[in-house]
Amino acid sequence: MLTIKNLRASVEGKEILKGINLEIKPGEIHAIMGPNGAGKSTLGNVLSGREGYEIEEGEVTFLGEDLLDLSPEDRARKGLFLSFQYPVEIPGVPMVNFLKTSVNEHRKFKGLEPLTAGEFLKLMREKKDMLHLDSQLTNRSVNEGFSGGEKKKNEIFQMAMLEPKLAILDETDSGLDIDALRVVAEGVNALKSPEHSTIVITHYQRLLDYIVPDFVHVLYNGQIVKSAGKELALELEEKGYDWIKKELV
Amino acid sequence: MEEQDKILHEVTSKEYEFGFSSDFDMDTIPKGLNEDVIRVISAKKEEPEFMLNFRLEAFRKWQKMTMPDWAYLKIPPIDFQEIIYYAAPKKKPQYESLDEIDPDLLETFNKLGIPLEEQKILSGVAVDAVIDSVSVKTTFKETLAEKGIIFCSFSEAVKEHPDLIQKYLGMSVPVTDNFFAALNSAVFSDGSFCYIPKGVKCPMELSTYFRINASGTGQFERTLIIADDDSQVSYLEGCTAPMRDENQLHAAVVEIIALDRANVKYSTVQNWYPGDKNGKGGVYNFVTKRGICRGESSKISWTQVETGSAVTWKYPSCILMGDNSVGEFNSVALTNNYQQADTGTKMIHIGKNTKSTIISKGISAGKSDNAYRGLVKVMPGASNARNFSQCDSLLLGSNCGAHTFPYIEVANKSSIIEHEATTSKIGEDQIFYCNQRGISTEDAIGMIVNGYAKEVLNKLPMEFAVEAQKLLQISLEGSVG
Ligand SMILES: Nc1ncnc2c1ncn2[C@@H]1O[C@H](COP(=O)(O)OP(=O)(O)OP(=O)(O)O)[C@@H](O)[C@H]1O
Ligand SMILES: [Mg+2]
Repeated sequence: MLTIKNLRASVEGKEILKGINLEIKPGEIHAIMGPNGAGKSTLGNVLSGREGYEIEEGEVTFLGEDLLDLSPEDRARKGLFLSFQYPVEIPGVPMVNFLKTSVNEHRKFKGLEPLTAGEFLKLMREKKDMLHLDSQLTNRSVNEGFSGGEKKKNEIFQMAMLEPKLAILDETDSGLDIDALRVVAEGVNALKSPEHSTIVITHYQRLLDYIVPDFVHVLYNGQIVKSAGKELALELEEKGYDWIKKELV
Repeated sequence: MEEQDKILHEVTSKEYEFGFSSDFDMDTIPKGLNEDVIRVISAKKEEPEFMLNFRLEAFRKWQKMTMPDWAYLKIPPIDFQEIIYYAAPKKKPQYESLDEIDPDLLETFNKLGIPLEEQKILSGVAVDAVIDSVSVKTTFKETLAEKGIIFCSFSEAVKEHPDLIQKYLGMSVPVTDNFFAALNSAVFSDGSFCYIPKGVKCPMELSTYFRINASGTGQFERTLIIADDDSQVSYLEGCTAPMRDENQLHAAVVEIIALDRANVKYSTVQNWYPGDKNGKGGVYNFVTKRGICRGESSKISWTQVETGSAVTWKYPSCILMGDNSVGEFNSVALTNNYQQADTGTKMIHIGKNTKSTIISKGISAGKSDNAYRGLVKVMPGASNARNFSQCDSLLLGSNCGAHTFPYIEVANKSSIIEHEATTSKIGEDQIFYCNQRGISTEDAIGMIVNGYAKEVLNKLPMEFAVEAQKLLQISLEGSVG
């Protein structure tokens, strides 16, 4: 699905990613943990093609194609989804219009006809029900005035609508209450299949009780310094990152 | 500045590439302006004496006036003696087919969704007899004539309805009103005249007519609209298609008079040539638009979408004289590259219970400057006057400017005036958020800008609202990323 080889990237002359290697196979769930400022969000941004990052070295292959060659919108249309750590407000643009454009752009890319208004509304209702999303939210402007938790749920709602091949969830759990956390996890698990993969960026083991990862990686100072099974998350929760830092010296 | 001067000089002193500068069999008079020139203009148009006097009075007043310098605009000095003030109607370039037309222009037409046949008319390609503009006009005229509506060129109205002209001309915009209005009053070439009789509801949007004729608008245009008691009309000026013109200076005047319970809706889509990416060339558009709600419970509403011109100086205004009369101003003004716009409105409350609403949406991109300038004035007799103003600015990038100059003068304590203003910016993060959901940057900007301007676009006649939406998007192409 996704292969990252020796990826180095910098922002404003400062190197943030210092040689990332990662292989994600179809159907796998990978958790990425690591201290603040380690470069986790940067990795998500670089993979989804955000401007302002200089790729110094490395290769990324997504579904057999050179990912770094594609525009951000084409990466999205090919099935790469980023759930933002800080979802962006777009005043004046109703959520429904935004989503409809988004869904139909994805369909166009696949050579499918756009959904009719009726089909679209039906799909939207289905996904809203699944995520227990307040039905008023879709009539409001994109993320405008949404509470922290609503914004995160809205990200997962969009993911459910778009059914991406690879979803990168950047701290989607932070700011969620316990019920919301469970609902979000259900949303992610509903998408789980041999064709869909997920990268879960999180600080807390708690989410991983619901979304069970196949692998846990520690990103530290721009590199993946440790990879193991789901038990690593428990260990990190208990001991913090100091022991890993010590191991590195 | 010097470069600008040279360009202005060049363009005002000769006709440029789009015209037929070598073709001098036209009915022109030498450049420059004096009383003799004005007499010649009036004589050539075979005007009655009151019109000549109107022009001469305006000219004499104009000579004592100076060009206003208070707008938020940088304009090189204009040499008014270098302009030719009279030319008989010009021939449009005629082509056999659209294949001969500049492909860039055609691409823009297509993006705007302008039907093929109209594209031909707009670019001067010969069209089949069926939709020839003359025949369209004739059908129009017949329908309107049945209702007693007069809708004709200003010159024709001067000949056929001198009484109406004499009574109403200059009522909204007196010759001394401002520098450009005075100049227009002295030298105006032609324009449109519209009279809706008592109790008549105009059966169609007066818009199709203008799409067909938009290519022929003049440099000093004059429009007069009179809506008699209980009448109703919706009038549309301009065109979303890009308009080039050999005249760099435009100074039009539009006057509206609404009598008892009359309702006039005046919509404008202005897309004159804005100059190139480096700010060279482009039309200087100095327009005076004003309506008087003379009658009780009358209503005048201005809606404008301004995307063109290098310089726009324009304040469509309402004088709310009649009790319970209503004035509205809805505006989207977009500037990109080096465009400058200083636009807004004046709402003068004179009658009791008069109401006005101002919605102004400025959009600035590139290195442009966009200013809103508005005056809400409540006179002592205007008890219970109400005004609500909403002035928003949207910025794309950090090299453009948005400025708001709201003036409020209140001389009646029972009035309620509300003013709201916001400034926002389309951020790189918003664009990226859209990109990440599979939406291209161009579409993202279009979506955000149209969301922002929706309230005003919704006031346009249906067929134009959609085109205006696309126009905003096209005008911003390449301004981000
Ligand atoms: N535009 C930028 N300019 C300068 N520094 C930046 C920029 N973007 C990111 N950085 C720096 O890069 C480093 C990694 O940031 P990143 O957001 O990827 O961390 P993170 O691992 O997601 O942290 P957190 O757990 O707090 O979300 C930080 O030190 C951050 O300050
Ligand atoms: Mg982060």
